[in-house]
Amino acid sequence: MTPFARTALGLALAFLYAPILVLIVYSFNDSKLVTVWGGFSTRWYAILFADGPLIAAALVSLKVALLSAGIAGVLGTLAALALDRHGRFRGRGAYTGLLYAPMVMPEVITGLSLLLLFVGIGLDRGIGTIVIAHATFATGFVAVVVGARLKGLDRSLEEAAADLGASPARVFFGITLPLIAPSVAAGFLLAFTLSLDDLVIASFVSGPGATTLPMRLYSQVRLGVNPEINAASTLMIATVGLVVLAASWLTARRGA
Amino acid sequence: MSGRLARLLVRGLPLAWLVLFFLVPFAVTLKISFSSPATAQPPYLPVIDWQGGLEGWREFLEALDFQNYRMIAEDALYRDAALSSLGYAALATAILALTGTPTAYAMARASKRWQPILVALVIVPFWTSFLIRVYAWIAILKPEGLLNGALMKLGLIASPLPILDSPTGVLIGLTYAYLPFMVLPLYAVMSRLDPALLEAAADLGAGRARAFFTVTLPLALPGVAAGALLCFIPMVGEFIIPDLLGGSDTLMLGRVLWSEFFSNRDWPLASAVAVLLLILIVGPVVLFREAELRREEAAEGRGR
Repeated sequence: MTPFARTALGLALAFLYAPILVLIVYSFNDSKLVTVWGGFSTRWYAILFADGPLIAAALVSLKVALLSAGIAGVLGTLAALALDRHGRFRGRGAYTGLLYAPMVMPEVITGLSLLLLFVGIGLDRGIGTIVIAHATFATGFVAVVVGARLKGLDRSLEEAAADLGASPARVFFGITLPLIAPSVAAGFLLAFTLSLDDLVIASFVSGPGATTLPMRLYSQVRLGVNPEINAASTLMIATVGLVVLAASWLTARRGA
Repeated sequence: MSGRLARLLVRGLPLAWLVLFFLVPFAVTLKISFSSPATAQPPYLPVIDWQGGLEGWREFLEALDFQNYRMIAEDALYRDAALSSLGYAALATAILALTGTPTAYAMARASKRWQPILVALVIVPFWTSFLIRVYAWIAILKPEGLLNGALMKLGLIASPLPILDSPTGVLIGLTYAYLPFMVLPLYAVMSRLDPALLEAAADLGAGRARAFFTVTLPLALPGVAAGALLCFIPMVGEFIIPDLLGGSDTLMLGRVLWSEFFSNRDWPLASAVAVLLLILIVGPVVLFREAELRREEAAEGRGR
């Protein structure tokens, strides 16, 4: 690499990681002021673990993330299969557009319009409506991850199984699904973290009693910088770090 | 027969879900954008009277009007918010293209062993909470924050710069949050470029800079376009960044929509703002899709 390329890369990575490092370092700061270093302390973590509403919100978020990632995992995998295996079917372009549009749609639009639908059909707002909303925008992400794996898949195993008389269903569950399983798991994890992360859509479609972790954190962030949020953030970053490691291990193992 | 049924289910289930929870909601939003706010449950009028038959529909349609759109057209707040949303998104996209291109170029030129690690390093921040990463900038940018502290210690400035709660704060936040979306598509294109092309350019006497501008950059333009679209659309409707880093004076449509909905409880007006926002972003998407199709056709014509 040229010195110029190396500098560019170094600056970009510093830019990406500096705020995260600052966040983590100051979560161990004894002082309440985020800009003054008052010595090492874990007291914000103690306060965090005694914060009942925050922990309740974290549990709501986990529940929503698990359920919505499960739905998005199934729907996204099916959509990826349809795009990879069904050839140039009629309306393929529109199908792809519909699948990928929720990924870039501004969250305020998705959130507001889903809320208006839920109110229109008289669905009670709560955890269920957040799950539906999250599954809707995460499906496209799962389809991208699984689709990439399907594209690189060697078809000869499936053809051999079919030649030996296996039914399409048996080929799918015996050969295809095990082969794409790591990418389905990676897609599930992506959908899971996207759900954990969402503030805007959940704020629109949630109802009384369904406060997610980002909603709770946002209501505190609005009041200003607070070391307890830094501690919560550090734990979330650590969790996501572990999930990313798991996901890259899953995909690297099968070369997805 | 069961094979056809299976195909129908595989294709149809995701389709049904997305039609019901993505397309139909837009239709509902469009309808409510022509309604009037009301102190009722739901807080808008008219509501379709399903028992009223044809007469009920006629009454319903007659009660719809353009007043929300008139309001948006006449009140300078909405026009300014629309223009500044587009302005912020366009400016941030330009900054992203300028910073993302050298980054992706450097990644693509790194050794094969380092490339997957560098890609992972760019992706990891994207996996960590958006809200938290934006929040982290408050401590850095505020008047008594780390950046101002460092600049003052270095003697570069005498008094703190008001970066937080300013347009600069919003631009820093947008650039930061969307950098991976620009770098990754660019890297995908640049890492596939044939190194023989650069060698040929070098053999013909082009310096590194000349080779970059005459060979790499033109070939990487599809990546720039993809990255720009991927960043521009969500940025136009961004809410969290202007809300946390922009202060009360920063007008962006996402924020206007949020406050119409949550503070003013004017659902019809919020719906009209959503329709306006959607119209603003459809244009760039259509242009991009057309360019994409033309390129694909050209590639197919050449390849086969």
